[in-house]
Amino acid sequence: MGKTLFDKIWDAHVIDEIEGGPSVLYIDKHLIHEVTSPQAFNGINKRGLKVRRPERTVATPDHNVPTIDQHLPIKDKLSKYQVDKLTENCEQHGVELYGLNHPYQGIVHVVGPQMGITQPGMTMVCGDSHTSTHGAFGTIAFGIGTSEVEMVLATQCILQPKPKKMRITVNGSLKNGVTSKDVILYIISEISASGATGFFVEYAGEVFRSMSMEARMTVCNMSIEMGARGGLIAPDQKTFDYVEGREYAPKGTDWDKAIAKWTKLNTDADAVFDEELKFDAADIEPMITYGTNPGMGVGITGSIPSVGDISSKEVPSFQKSLEYMGFKDGDVMIGKKVDYVFVGSCTNGRIEDLRSVADFVKGKKKADNITAWIVPGSKQVEKQAIKEGIVDVLEEAGFKMRQPGCSACLAMNDDKVPKGKYAVSTSNRNFEGRQGPGSRTLLASPLTAAAVAITGKIIDPRTILQN
Amino acid sequence: MAIDKFRHTISTAVPLPIENVDTDQIIPARFLKATTRDGFGENLFRDWRYDNSDQPIPDFVLNNPIYRGKILVGGKNFGCGSSREHAAWAVGDYGFKVVVSSFFADIFKNNALNNGILPITVSEDFLAQIFSEIEKDPDVKFEVNLESQTFKITSTAVETDFDINPYKKKCLLNGYDDIDYLLSISDKIETFETARAE
Repeated sequence: MGKTLFDKIWDAHVIDEIEGGPSVLYIDKHLIHEVTSPQAFNGINKRGLKVRRPERTVATPDHNVPTIDQHLPIKDKLSKYQVDKLTENCEQHGVELYGLNHPYQGIVHVVGPQMGITQPGMTMVCGDSHTSTHGAFGTIAFGIGTSEVEMVLATQCILQPKPKKMRITVNGSLKNGVTSKDVILYIISEISASGATGFFVEYAGEVFRSMSMEARMTVCNMSIEMGARGGLIAPDQKTFDYVEGREYAPKGTDWDKAIAKWTKLNTDADAVFDEELKFDAADIEPMITYGTNPGMGVGITGSIPSVGDISSKEVPSFQKSLEYMGFKDGDVMIGKKVDYVFVGSCTNGRIEDLRSVADFVKGKKKADNITAWIVPGSKQVEKQAIKEGIVDVLEEAGFKMRQPGCSACLAMNDDKVPKGKYAVSTSNRNFEGRQGPGSRTLLASPLTAAAVAITGKIIDPRTILQN
Repeated sequence: MAIDKFRHTISTAVPLPIENVDTDQIIPARFLKATTRDGFGENLFRDWRYDNSDQPIPDFVLNNPIYRGKILVGGKNFGCGSSREHAAWAVGDYGFKVVVSSFFADIFKNNALNNGILPITVSEDFLAQIFSEIEKDPDVKFEVNLESQTFKITSTAVETDFDINPYKKKCLLNGYDDIDYLLSISDKIETFETARAE
């Protein structure tokens, strides 16, 4: 019987199997940031250990950095201490650090691909659940806890039970105005926020094949939002073209050897998955979420389900969620008033996302009731956006440009949406209070976010695209 | 470095019959600025537990003195969302040794086990029975036996088995942690690295 792409990569990294227990998996690249690593460094220091493979480890601060005045010392004492601690730990252990103001600093999952750190066939981990992003390159990449960060720092290995395998195939062509973000929000709305728990997902079919690398990253990024351990897409020419020439990419004869290896990274025709799901691209509309988990989404022209359509067990949670959001069951989404628009995060903070917003808002002004924040995913994205004139377009439209970081996606820094306010956000989670205590988040694509910023309310972006 | 051992407990339980309890609710991001593992229990379920002026919200279960114990019982898909281990630290620091649900998110489950907290998955029907017994009598006790992998409602003597990976069971029973194990096989790691470099 053939092997899946996941099996091929997994099996090549298993050092040992514990009977009836987890596998010992070797990790090729370990990304670290300031929030989930300090306790891990404390742990290895206490044990008197060194980082086993500092050259396989890369660090950048992102979760907790301010997005204005990054050249000044960080005002918040605890944040400053945490960011300084990362610098200190990296210096002590010889780990490469792209610190604040470094030209390569940014959100860890934007930095990995842009530096060529992320390559097909690798195993990658990071103390962040959106590590699944790197699966876009045909990589087994998953988020881990801090005890596991410590494990990888100390031994370059992790103990992991092998997940089950699921393939999600989407064939056909996407309709105009439907983006990769809508595809993944659609899949999650169909299978729920726990629909892929225990599985590692492979995305297959024409829709993912036609996507750019950045669009694939958006899809893989949100695998965790349906509970999956991770998600990956078999590498192809687009993948190789993206990686080629980047800082960490193999060069010369090493590149040729790498390509020879990478072209074999696909699922065999007779491989069997534990679960197979198929969707049709024609059924996917621009999506918007209405509730407090990413599975609570609908096509933007649709309405919130009625209580009668929800299974009785789920009704209390459904009602709690709507009460928090200030919505009623059966409400139509179009026309709902919005206060904030946030474009950024490891899901949609890349250059193509900023381009799509700039193309849409060029020559238009944001609505008066909207505060619009644009937070580039990295210093490189910011530099490119300035070069292409995107920043000028966005500022003329009344958007506020910030500096790179996770920002209002999780609101660890001062970028918070106030209590009770509605934010259309290109990020990945609409949990209660995710963007600030009491904030109400509606997840959508950068294109939909742009349309909402211009009109001040939920709108189908296609109605403006057609004009 | 040892984790806390766990073998057996008999305790009352705290019911949280809400589905999809995510790690942002367990410990909101703004409390993740600490660089040690201590003190997170204070902010466990912060935004459900306290209002804007830091006053306890009386309706929330942790603020109701009739509910207490070492066991937290949550709705389906408990611990979804972020990989922050701070969520497991908060649950443990508050005093819970066991979390029961009909379904756990993978990363939370691993994080709990790595901190000596036992996640127990029971059927949806059994979970409903637990909630209903607590509703009838908040003093009802539950017996958790890791050795026999059983969870018992003492009032009805109804018992269920639960699954746990044999390796993780051994770790919990003996207080072993994964790093000790990985360090013990460093020669195998070395051999793997050498073979790949060739």
